[in-house]
Parts: sequence; C-alpha cells; structure tokens
Amino acid sequence: MDEHRDDIGSRFGMWLFIFTELLLFAGLFIVYSVYRYLNWQAFHLAAEELNTFIGALNTVLLLASSATIAMSITALQKKNKTLALALLGFTILVGLVFLVNKYFEWNLKIEHGLYPGSERLLEYGKGEVLFFGLYFFMTGLHALHIIVGVAFIGVVFFRIKNDRITHDNFVHLENAGLYWHLVDIIWIFLFPLFYLIT
Amino acid sequence: MTTDNTARAEPSFFEYKKHKGILAWILSTDHKRIGLLYLYSIMTFFIVGAILGLLMKLELIAPGKTIMEAKTYNGVFTLHGIIMIFLIVIPGLPAVFGNFMLPILIGAKDVAFPRLNLLSWYIYIFGAIVVLMSQFMSGGPPDTGWTFYAPYSFKTTTNMLPAVLGAFILGFSSILTGLNFIVTIHRMRAPGMTWLKMPLFPWALYGTAWIQLLATPIIGITLLMTVGERLFNIGFFDPALGGDPILYQHLFWIYSHPAVYVMILPAMGVISEILPTFAQKTIFGYKAIIFSTIAIAFVGYFVWGHHMFTSGMSGTALYVFSILTFLVAIPSGIKVFNWVSTIYKGSINLKTPFYWAVSFIFVFMIGGLTGLVLGALATNVHVHDTHFVVAHFHFIVFGGVGFAFMGAIHYWFPKMYGRMYDETWANMGWLIFFIGFLTLYLPMFYLGIAGMPRRYFDYLPQFHGGNIISSFGAIIMITGLLIIITNLVRSARMGPISTERNPWNGKTLEWTVESPPSLENFEEIPVIEKGPYEYE
Amino acid sequence: MSNNEDKHHVIPYRTLLLVLSALLTFTFISIAVTNYELGPFTVLAALLLASFKTILVLAYFMHLKFDVKMFGILISAVFILIGAVIFITFLDYLYR
Repeated sequence: MDEHRDDIGSRFGMWLFIFTELLLFAGLFIVYSVYRYLNWQAFHLAAEELNTFIGALNTVLLLASSATIAMSITALQKKNKTLALALLGFTILVGLVFLVNKYFEWNLKIEHGLYPGSERLLEYGKGEVLFFGLYFFMTGLHALHIIVGVAFIGVVFFRIKNDRITHDNFVHLENAGLYWHLVDIIWIFLFPLFYLIT
Repeated sequence: MTTDNTARAEPSFFEYKKHKGILAWILSTDHKRIGLLYLYSIMTFFIVGAILGLLMKLELIAPGKTIMEAKTYNGVFTLHGIIMIFLIVIPGLPAVFGNFMLPILIGAKDVAFPRLNLLSWYIYIFGAIVVLMSQFMSGGPPDTGWTFYAPYSFKTTTNMLPAVLGAFILGFSSILTGLNFIVTIHRMRAPGMTWLKMPLFPWALYGTAWIQLLATPIIGITLLMTVGERLFNIGFFDPALGGDPILYQHLFWIYSHPAVYVMILPAMGVISEILPTFAQKTIFGYKAIIFSTIAIAFVGYFVWGHHMFTSGMSGTALYVFSILTFLVAIPSGIKVFNWVSTIYKGSINLKTPFYWAVSFIFVFMIGGLTGLVLGALATNVHVHDTHFVVAHFHFIVFGGVGFAFMGAIHYWFPKMYGRMYDETWANMGWLIFFIGFLTLYLPMFYLGIAGMPRRYFDYLPQFHGGNIISSFGAIIMITGLLIIITNLVRSARMGPISTERNPWNGKTLEWTVESPPSLENFEEIPVIEKGPYEYE
Repeated sequence: MSNNEDKHHVIPYRTLLLVLSALLTFTFISIAVTNYELGPFTVLAALLLASFKTILVLAYFMHLKFDVKMFGILISAVFILIGAVIFITFLDYLYR
C-alpha cells in the first residue's frame, strides 16, 4: 500500500486523543468539585499542608519546558537541528526535575503520615481524607502523564537526531509538543486547586 | 451493474497475504481483515454470553434452586453483562462493519491510521483476556453485576480487579477505534463526497465515534478510582471515609448511558442502509436522519441520571433528567417515521436483510416506548430494578443491536465473502429467532410490573407462569441462533460463489467494488456527484 | 494520494518567550492573590487566571491560532461539554 502522508489528519488524531485525556481528568475534576463543595472548610485547611513553594516551582518548570518544546518546533522549521535538539533535551531534563520534586514532595507527605489509608489521616476529618486521596490520585496520574510525555519526547529526540524527523516532515514533533502542552494545561488547573485555595 | 464479473482486475483481499497462516490475519493492517478479526472474536464471545444467558433462564424456569446456587447465579449474570456489554455490543457494529465497510462506503483505501486500527484489536483481545481472568483466579468470579456499583465493588472479596481493569482496557480499544473513524471520515472521503452526500451508516459511525471518544474516558477514570479504592483504600466512594457512593453512579452513567447510544446509533445506521436497498427507493428524510443522529448523540450525553431515579438524588436533578430523557425520544421517533416512510410505496424485495430490518423497527419501538415508561419519574419508581427494566434494555440492546447486526451480516455477506448464504435457512433462522425473542422477553414486562425484581436466582411462586414461558422462549431463540450461525459459517466456507458486484441493486459505493473487495478496494478512487441513495 | 495541503506557520521565538513571560506573570499573580481574603471569589479568581493561562497555551504553544480552525472550535466544545456535565452533576448536589 502506498505511503500516504496527511499531516493535518495526524495532528487531528493527536487532538482527539488530547480530548480523551481532558475528559479523563474531567472525571476527577467532577469528583474534586463535588467533594470540595461538600467539605470546603476541610479542603481549605488541608490545602495549607501543601508546600506552595514546591508547587509554584514545578509550575514554573513546566511552563518553561512547554515554551522550549514550542521553540524547538520553530528551530526545526528554521532548519536549526542543533538548537531544536538542545531545546528538546532541556524539555526532557525539566520534566525529570519535575518528577524529582514530586518525589520529594510525596515523600514528605508520606513521612508525615498523610497518605491514603494512613491512621493519621483517619484521625483528621473526612474532608481531609478526600483531599489527600484526590491529591495523591490526581498528581499521581499527572506524574504518569509526565513520564509518558518524557518518553514520547525522548523518541522524537532520537528521530530528529537520525533525520527521521526533518524540517519538512515534523508532525511527530508537533504531536509530542501537543501532548506535553496538555500535561502543562492539566497542571495549570491542578496547581491552584490543590496548593493555592487556602 | 453490467461489468464482466468473472475476470477480476485485482485479486481479492483474501488472496493478498504478506504472511502465512494465522499471521496473515493478526499482522495485517487491512481494514477488511481487521473487521473480520473482530467479527470472529465477537461471535466467539457472543456464543459464550448467550450460553450464560440460557443458563440463567434455565435457573429461572422454576422457583428455588434449579441448576445453580445463588452465588453462582450472581457470578453468571455479572459475566453475562460484562461480556455482552463491553465485549460485544459496544465494539460490535463499529468494529466489525465500521471497519470493513466505512472506508469502502466513503471511497477510501483504508482507515486513517491502519496500524492504530490493528492495535485497537490487540487491546480489545488483551482486555477480554484480563476480564475473563477474573473467572479463574482464586477469590471467585465477580458478583456485582456489570455496573460495579460502589461501595460493594470494593468490599466484595471476589476478583473485582481483573474485571474492572479489563473493562478499563477495553475502553481504550473503543476510544482508538472512534478516533480513527473521526479522522477517516474528516480526511478521507472521496472527492465530491460532501458531508451531505455521505451515506447514513458513516454518519451514524461519526456520531458514535464522538461519543466513544468523549464519554469512554469518564468510565476509564471511574474504574481507575475503583481500582484505587480496592488497592489503597482511598475513600472516594466509601461513605465511612466521607466519599459518596452516588457520585460513583453519576460517573458510571455519564459514560454508560451514552454507551447505549454507542450501541444503538450504528444499528440505526445499518437499518438506514438496508431499507432503501430493499425498498428500491430513496431514503425518506436523509437530512432529518442525520440531524436526529447528531441530536441523539448530543442529548444522550446529558441524560445519565435516569438510571439513578431511586438512588437518592435531589428532586431538581430528577426532574431535569426526566425531561432530558423525554427529549431523546424525539429524534428516535423521527428516525422511525423516516424508515417507515422509506418503505411506503417502495418496490419491496423480500430478502433476509429486509426481514431483519423491519423486525428491528418492531422491537426497537417496543424497547423505545417502554423506555419512556422508565424515563417518567412516577412509573420508574414502581418498576425500577425489576424484570421490566431487564426486558426494556434487552429489547433495545439485544433487539436493537442484535437485529441490526444480523441484518448487516446478511446484507453485506456476499460482499464480504463473495459467496451467498442459503436464503431459506436464513429466513427460517430469522423467524425462529424472532419468535423466540418475543417469547423470551415479552413476559418479563409483565413479570416486572407484577413486581419480580431482577438479579435474583429465586422468585415467588406467583411469577412461575411467566418465567416458564420466558425460559421456553430462550430455548427457541437459541435454536434460531444456531440455525443462523451454522448457515453463515457453512456458507462462508462453501456457499455458492457470488462475485456479482451488486446482488441487491444497492446504490452506495460498496456495491460498485468487487466481491470480495480487492486489497485497495477501488481500482481508482471514485468521484461522487450524486447523493447516496438516488433511485430514479 | 497526496492530500497533504498543510501550511506551516513559523512562530517566532520572541512570541513564544513573550507568552512564557505572560504565563509566569499570571502564575505569580495567582499566588499573590492568595494573600488577600476574597471569600467566595477565591476559587473564581484562581480558575479565571488558570483559564487565561490555558487559552494562551492553546493559542500559541499549541498553535491553535494558526492551525486549522476546526481544532479550536472542537476544543472549545470539549470545555463547554465538561462545564455542562459538571453543571448537571451539581443539580444533584446543590439541591440535595
């Protein structure tokens, strides 16, 4: 069968996949909004347990990495392969730093006995149980998406290196970028909902 | 069509083999082979599911324990539900006939992402294996029903994890198929085929694909949360930890109600293809059917609450959901009027697919109208969770999808295999199946109104009469089913060769290609000038 | 078959960096706002700022402003859909 190429179709497919990801998180946002409505005081108190600094730092990191992957597309379009690779490398690096931060943050919570099913959490009220349940579940699922995103960008990185993705055929880079921005958008909502509304 | 039928320009897709034996199937990205892969897997599961259904009817043939214990019965109806819903009717028509026919109907060589298409099948099989593992692990088969209602689904000691995870995986298969179809329909229609020149089955698949895409993730995340509940005791739906079990029901039905439209829309599409061909008449109200397809897909997204009328939802929500539910009846009614008007004064060709199509309209009407009984608040409270509901959704899901599926396979069989089935046996199978179907499910309406609850292996003596008739009907229906399947399997292997391109004088594109189609379907991509069903 | 009529718009680095700085500014505003007692408007303010950021990311980083129009329409529809589902769910919780 002859190879036929349809970049718009390919991007369309990616967009549709992004819709499903948004709906996946929408399910969690429904749960969040219902439980927040039912336990708003507990949610306020519990949110103060979270470290706004680490949350803000991770936000800045993700936003910056989103900008760099967008810039790498520009770089590739301008046939500057080295710069495109460097920007992608930076994006991957930042994604990994985000995960390291998340690891330390989770670790701290778990050391304090704040994890689903822990006895300390049960001593708090029901609202706190739900808040931390949602916190771990939603940030956990988000972290999973970061891992997938980093892997995706990693593949694209090597394909650019081997000239499989070039300045006139870069829809895979665009798709990796779209995916990474999706991860960014989800974090844009997670950050205020968990860290800021205190 | 007067083309010379004996000489083929291209060999049929069955001839084209990159690999040998079974590898020619499971490594092929040809949409036609993938469609047939789905057909064979779905048929296999369907036989298992039907046997489970028969076992239940045998248990219910007399009050008290007949052939199985209460716990076994719970396991059987759960597995019957999971298999029938997640493995058969949700993928059913889109995955089998959508895959096989969609590219041909819109004049394309394949779907937009052929490799993704094959991947969907692998995910489907993987999900099916995971689901079925729940039957064989220690702990016992799941006993929650296919709805996995919280909090029981994370309190029961049975193997919920594989069942729930399997359903989650199957969701991905469904999403990827939907994604593929949307891009295919947007990007690969033949030149000249504007949106309003597209046949109605692709239109139905388009509406379906959007629901698959936008609703399935919700159940995905819900099932993941259930997994989290079981593994980490998070408390999302556990009242003891502050969670709300009714929220589980909301999330579950946000998907599972639209899923009903994932099932029924393609069925409606198939009927809209069959009727013009066998009435030899242009479809009545082409645009109205498209409009109603989109309207059903859209409104159907917002009516999930009518499954929860007795759950303890707020009064406001009850009214809103009831009103919205009634709205769905309007586009469904429009479709029925259009089908009936299509047959009216047509030159009717009484063939097997036509029988299936008109009996579809009949059972769909009964299913739809009893749906209104359930959509109304007052009557719902009376018949909620009774056999009335069981009868209703079997009329829609089995009557609707099952009849359309049978119609589709008898309609496209000569195209898919280049062979013809034995029409006498096919008609007889249809008649026996149809009679069995009605005998099986009609008494359940009566039993439900009389107060017989669903999901019990036992019942009060006054329900005995209805149950005997119903179980008897099940045996008749299975007989019909065996005749149909035997006839089809036999004909696919050694039926009379029928390479005629257009045996039914249909007007859509699939009847212009060879039977069976060649690998790339079309010798050259056609240019479309007319609407899809233009009989002069 | 070559229906690859895709046109590519090159977004200058400058634009992307400007968008990044706007995003960072919004982030700092949303953190600063938490120091003020806004009562019921706290959530609203946070969500509004997040929405602005999302629109920026969608329009520039995700090229929606320069891509096929349909993508932009569809993503708006998806957000409206999510809003509608949350709204209908709350018909239960608000009046229970």
